[in-house]
Amino acid sequence: MAEPVLEIELKLLIEAIYLRYSYDFRDYAMASMKRRVVQAVRALECHSVSELQGRVLHEPDTFMAVLQYLTIPVSEMFRDPEYYRALREQVVPLLRTYPSLNIWIAGCSTGEEVYSMAILLEEEGLLSRAHIYATDINPRSLEKARQGVYATDSVRLFTENYQRSGGKHSFSDYYTAAYDAVLMDKRLRERVTFADHSLATDSVFAETQFISCRNVLIYFNRGLQDRAVGLFHESLGHRGFLGLGSKESLDFGQHAGAFEPIARAERIFRKR
Amino acid sequence: MNNEHIHRPYARVEAVVIGVSAGGLDALSVLLEGFPTDYGLPLIVVQHIPEGVASQLAVIFDRKLALRVKEANDKMPIESGCLYFAPPGYHLLVETNRHFSLSIDPRVHFSRPAIDALFESAADTWGPALAGVLLTGANADGAAGLRHIAEQGGLALVQDPAEAQVDTMPRSALALFTPHHVLPLAGLRELLLQLDC
Ligand SMILES: C[S@@+](CC[C@H](N)C(=O)[O-])C[C@H]1O[C@@H](n2cnc3c(N)ncnc32)[C@H](O)[C@@H]1O
Repeated sequence: MAEPVLEIELKLLIEAIYLRYSYDFRDYAMASMKRRVVQAVRALECHSVSELQGRVLHEPDTFMAVLQYLTIPVSEMFRDPEYYRALREQVVPLLRTYPSLNIWIAGCSTGEEVYSMAILLEEEGLLSRAHIYATDINPRSLEKARQGVYATDSVRLFTENYQRSGGKHSFSDYYTAAYDAVLMDKRLRERVTFADHSLATDSVFAETQFISCRNVLIYFNRGLQDRAVGLFHESLGHRGFLGLGSKESLDFGQHAGAFEPIARAERIFRKR
Repeated sequence: MNNEHIHRPYARVEAVVIGVSAGGLDALSVLLEGFPTDYGLPLIVVQHIPEGVASQLAVIFDRKLALRVKEANDKMPIESGCLYFAPPGYHLLVETNRHFSLSIDPRVHFSRPAIDALFESAADTWGPALAGVLLTGANADGAAGLRHIAEQGGLALVQDPAEAQVDTMPRSALALFTPHHVLPLAGLRELLLQLDC
C-alpha cells in the first residue's frame, strides 16, 4: 500500500530541517511529532506540510517558529514533587560525600527544572560546590531559562509543588515580583552554565555525578533513547545518579542492565 | 458515513480504543464485564483523570476483570488481551510499530491525556483494522478523533446519549458525523466481543 501523503511530507520536512539547519528529528517518536507538525502548519497558515517545508528552507525565522512547536517548551518548577523529595532523601546524602559536583540537566527547556534543582541544592548546602550544566536544543527556551522570568499565574502551582517536594523555606524567598511576572533570584544561576547541546547529535562534554533528564526521552524512538542513555552512562562518574521523568524507564532499552533503580517509583537510578 | 456500509468483516479489527470521561468508572465496568482472558485484541483506554495524582484505574480494573490490565508506559509494546490505561498528565499515543509513546504536549480540550491524541494516532497505525468507542463525558474531546478513525476506514461506535451518565461527549461526536453504531453499553459490549471471532 502506498504511504499516505502526510507521512511522506513529514519525512521530507524532517529531512529538509536536518539538511538545512542540522537539527536532527529523524529518530523522534513520530506520532506526537506528526501532531505538532500539523499544529505548526495550522498556526503558520500554510495549506500543507509541503508548503511549510518550502518556507522553512527559505526563511530561518519560519524555522525558528516551527522549532517552538517541535520542541514542546512545556515545563513546571518542582514538577512531580515526589521526584525532588526522593532526591533530597536518597541522593543528596550521597552527593554530600563529594568535594565538588557536576550536575547535568539535559533538555532543561525554559529553566524551571534548573531553578528547582538550584533551590534544592542551596537548601541542602550543596549549591556552592556544585556546577550545573543546563542544556537544550531550543535557543529561545535557553534564553528564557537564562533570564529566569516566569508568569505570575504559574507561581501558585510552583509554590504548591515546592511545598510538597519537601522545601525548607518559603518559595517566595527565591523570587522578586514585578508586574505580571516574577524574577528568580540571580544567586541561583551563578553556578549554572546554559548551553546548546543535542542528545541526538552531540557528544559528552564533562564528567558528572548526577544527570536529570526528564520528559525528553519520551519524544525519542528507542534507538535515539539508547543513544541518549549511552551519553549519560559515559558522562556519569563511578556510581553516578540518573533521574528520569515519572513515566520514563530504562526497561525497554539497551542500557537497562547498566543502571540499578534506587527510587523505583520516582525513576531515580544509579550507575552499576 | 452511511449505515448501508457496515457489512464489515469484523474479524479484521485488530485493536480497540476507548475514550471516556465523567461517569467512566461505571460505564467501563459494564462495558468490559466478563471479557475473557484470551480476548484477542488490545483494549486501549483514555479515561480523563486529574493530573498529578497516581491513578488507581489499572489497580481497580485488575481486581474486577479477568483481562490483564496495565497502565501504559512509554515504549511499551502493545499486546492482545490486555487492557491499557493512559497515565495521568500524559498524552498516550500509538506508534506505527505498535508500541506506545507518551507526551506532555499541551492539553487538548483541557485534557491530558486526551482522547483525540490516542484515537488519531491509533487510526494512523491500524487504519480500517481499528474500532473506536466513545462513551459518557462532559467534554468534546474524542469527537474529532473518532471521526478520524471512521475516515481511515475504521469502525466508529458511540454510546447512546440517552443512556450516558453525561451525554455531552457522545452528542459532540454525533454533531460532527454519523458513526457506524450508536448503542447502549450492553450492545457495545456484545459488538466488541464479536470483533474477536
Ligand atoms: C517537555 S520539555 C521537558 C522540560 C523539563 N525537563 C521538564 O521535565 O519539565 C522537553 C525538552 O527537551 C528538549 N529537547 C528535545 N530534543 C532534544 C535533544 N535532542 N537534545 C536536548 N534537548 C532536547 C526540548 O527542546 C524541550 O525543551
